[in-house]
Amino acid sequence: MATTAQLQTGAKPVTSLSNEEILRYSRHLIMPEVGMEGQLKLKSAKVLLIGTGGLGAPLGLYLAAAGVGKLGLVDFDVVDFTNLQRQVTFGTSDVGKPKSEAARARLSNLNPDIQVQSFETQLTSANALELFKDFDVIVDGTDNFPTRYLVNDACILLGKPNVYGSIFRFEGQATVFGMPDGPCYRCLYPEPPPPGLVPSCAEGGVLGVLPGIVGSIQAMETIKLILGRGDNLVGRLLLFDALGMKFRELKLRKNPNCPMCGTHRTIHKLIDYFEFCGVRGEEAPGPSVQVPEITPRELKARLDRGDDLFILDVREPHEYQICNLKGHLLPLGELTRRVHELDSSREIVAHCRSGKRSAEAVDFLRKAGFRKILNLKGGILAWSDEVDPSVPKY
Amino acid sequence: MPVKVMIPSPLRPYAGKRDSAEFAAQTVGEALGHLTTEFAELRKHLFTEDGKLRSFVNVYVNDEDIRYLAKENTPTKDGDTISIIPSIAGGTRT
Repeated sequence: MATTAQLQTGAKPVTSLSNEEILRYSRHLIMPEVGMEGQLKLKSAKVLLIGTGGLGAPLGLYLAAAGVGKLGLVDFDVVDFTNLQRQVTFGTSDVGKPKSEAARARLSNLNPDIQVQSFETQLTSANALELFKDFDVIVDGTDNFPTRYLVNDACILLGKPNVYGSIFRFEGQATVFGMPDGPCYRCLYPEPPPPGLVPSCAEGGVLGVLPGIVGSIQAMETIKLILGRGDNLVGRLLLFDALGMKFRELKLRKNPNCPMCGTHRTIHKLIDYFEFCGVRGEEAPGPSVQVPEITPRELKARLDRGDDLFILDVREPHEYQICNLKGHLLPLGELTRRVHELDSSREIVAHCRSGKRSAEAVDFLRKAGFRKILNLKGGILAWSDEVDPSVPKY
Repeated sequence: MPVKVMIPSPLRPYAGKRDSAEFAAQTVGEALGHLTTEFAELRKHLFTEDGKLRSFVNVYVNDEDIRYLAKENTPTKDGDTISIIPSIAGGTRT
């Protein structure tokens, strides 16, 4: 069920373009579907991007290039080397700079005729409504469940469209939430998955081009909303499988009992989304379970002393190829099936990349009767920091 | 021709890295039952301890959400595709 959505903008429309702008937007202006009328709509529009990372990169670049009059960029993160594989707004010289500011500089350079405002802040229940209220369209390019629910609820409370995109490894999803008769994120997923049930660390990673494709779809949907042209993704969940190079779509229905956008709304204000999602927030990742630990320095000292320790590496084989501590490789996902490979009479030190997966492994093995088992605190990353800097971090 | 169950990438590690599996089944519940019998580690990702489908796992027969059909009792016919669509949050933060 395709819906043609018309955007309600509160701003006073812009009525003319300069000669430079006419030249810049020439390829839009000669299309009847955009034309002068559409280009002026774009110039009058205000779009807020939540996140300037993988999805935010093509979003920012294309919306700025298209001449969206005002772009807001919300991100509290700093550019690091691992971002450059996919976050094409940034260059190597941006590493260490705040993302929102680096993106603002790049987009202003791309199009000096538009206004780009950076908000170097974490989106929270305390600031979301205030940040959103001056914008016509909110585009969700975040990377975590609490912010997804926060963006959704704030959009519903303010009656603003939420252009949604999400990626995982080589699959993506996109749709438009928050239109008057359309569904919201809570209609699709009433509750977040509990932490730990959705594979993150072990199955993380993303093919760099994927956010480029999904973010571009979000940019296209945003522009169509502004122009009031075409069939939007309202009521349709677009699924993209990059490996199979297949697009599919599923019907998305508005849930009449939705606590947020249903006929009997039970949520009337923003809540604590970290609590709702059962996490303490991104700044405190840490293991989700408490298990006995050993620090990298203690482990080094014990190995140097010749202690008989069995090193258990619960990462994936492709991670083992990047770097390893010569441990026995047994991926967390196969532990249940292959637990018989381990000798519970020996002292075991389990490790992964950051210490999170191995904490789960230690917890599981303790419950399975293993008594002499420790988790390497901070994983191979901490080993690289504290013991052997020749081990690469990834 | 049996029913095809599409396994999303976040769940493939628990399904022998398979992206789909085919079963003869009269209902969605029956197909998912076969799936989690063949791949036991999938069970806790799809079902609660008392055997209910988890609320953050969406299941579709062809392009329809089974919540708006007959849920797990939704009938399936040969050639139908069942899709499991878990929520994914986005980027690469670990």
